[in-house]
Amino acid sequence: MSITVKHISKSYGDLNALKDISFDVKEGELFGLIGPDGAGKTTLFRILTTLLIANKGIATIAGLDVLTDYKSIRKGVGYMPGKFSLYQDLTVEENLNFFATIFGTTISENYDLIKEIYVQIEPFKTRRAGKLSGGMKQKLALCCALIHKPKVLFLDEPTTGVDPVSRKEFWEMLKRLQQKGITILVSTPYMDEAALCDRIALIQNGKILEINSPNEIVKKYPKTLYNLSANNMYKLIESLKSYKHQYSVYPFGEFVHYTDNRNNFNLEELQFYLEAKEHTNITIKIAQPTIEDVFMELAK
Amino acid sequence: MDNLNVIEVEGLTKMFGDFTAVDTITFKVKRGEIFGFLGANGAGKTTAIKMLTGISNPTSGKAKVAGFDVFNQAEDIKKNIGYMSQKFALYDDLTVKENITFFGGIYGLSRAQIKEKTEELITELDLQEIANQLASSLPLGWKQKISFSVALLHKPQIVFLDEPTGGVDPITRRQFWEMIYKNANNGTTIFVTTHYMDEAEYCDRVSIMVNGKIEALDTPKRLKEQFEANNMNDVFLKLARE
Repeated sequence: MSITVKHISKSYGDLNALKDISFDVKEGELFGLIGPDGAGKTTLFRILTTLLIANKGIATIAGLDVLTDYKSIRKGVGYMPGKFSLYQDLTVEENLNFFATIFGTTISENYDLIKEIYVQIEPFKTRRAGKLSGGMKQKLALCCALIHKPKVLFLDEPTTGVDPVSRKEFWEMLKRLQQKGITILVSTPYMDEAALCDRIALIQNGKILEINSPNEIVKKYPKTLYNLSANNMYKLIESLKSYKHQYSVYPFGEFVHYTDNRNNFNLEELQFYLEAKEHTNITIKIAQPTIEDVFMELAK
Repeated sequence: MDNLNVIEVEGLTKMFGDFTAVDTITFKVKRGEIFGFLGANGAGKTTAIKMLTGISNPTSGKAKVAGFDVFNQAEDIKKNIGYMSQKFALYDDLTVKENITFFGGIYGLSRAQIKEKTEELITELDLQEIANQLASSLPLGWKQKISFSVALLHKPQIVFLDEPTGGVDPITRRQFWEMIYKNANNGTTIFVTTHYMDEAEYCDRVSIMVNGKIEALDTPKRLKEQFEANNMNDVFLKLARE
């Protein structure tokens, strides 16, 4: 196992940030922690990177204990915090050099690993890090986290606030790093990114709701899910919410995702109900649940 | 100005030195419309929003917001719009009630109005138990919902929402959009940016900015047809990855 977490709990005063968290990440795995702000993701990252001590439980990174072997762990892992934490008044190149030196290596020694990412920011290597755009900061931070060739890479919300194009590129980059044998633990609030991980843990309010491969998680959705649409989506949501048999109603892209609280129900009955409410162009079709549907069901 | 249009923009441009951040953009937004303003990071969205909210002076072009000219009536614009962003929602070291009072005052509401609005908001959002708690103690989703309501305190014609749902949990994200729908249905114009492409589908019309220019503007349905895409994510990827 590359990462093992056993019964980790952490509280800040009255707030239980993490409640009895356990999971494993295999060597070479791309493992996602999926959950919204305040779920406890960052607290967990800080414990695993030895920056914070848990109240209970044990955790090991590549066989090393986060409490007793913290010095060795720090040498062997890369960590990209959610908040941009590089030196703003050093240039791109100076930051990278600084991190390489701290870890007793040089840029040229591990250049292969970062090359693909670094070439994209190299034209700006004399620019101060504080003056970079969000996307470039993110790439520089990743380079700095990789420059000592870590065995395990921790990425805390690397794509938050990043547009869909850059997010897609970032995930393609992660896949290639994974192929080079690096174990990756990555957190994200974007549920669509979950599908790109080997396995994921859904986390909310300090608790893990589910751990499995994205495919298996989606299979566990307990209900039949329907895609509904009509001319006025807002009124459609209102009508569905006041339908006595509704179990859940969520706007979902161009459709409304609907589940019914009866096991067998007649679609026509729902159709009549909506027609009586003066909806037009009503469509009702069975839909494939997504990880976001599962998350909302578990968090309900 | 046409009564139906709350925003009218024509050839609006902003240059920083040699760099054209916003390049002759032209569009109109109707009353009660949910208008999605999308684009990659660095495409020029924030600069455009700053001009429309009267914070930054355009280099050239024309723009009217809520009936006021961005060039010489910026202060009137600020009084007639609401604004919230993901980066700043509420003052962390004020309580929920204090935040409402503070923003009410800023927006020029009278004491009586503030009192009435505060009661109204507390009931509507079910805030009884947390009304006297510091904003810092609230989950992000709550803060965003309160912040949205606060941006509407002075009944603006239009509200600008800059990535209002970033990082918010999926259920609260949907509750937030239901609030948006409700207000749009009551005639408030919503101008919203987001990186969640499913949210782009909730908009009446969507514009996509690429390198300072508006490269596409239509209903989500027609954009998907135009770009032969299954969803707005694919539309975005096709446009922005040139």
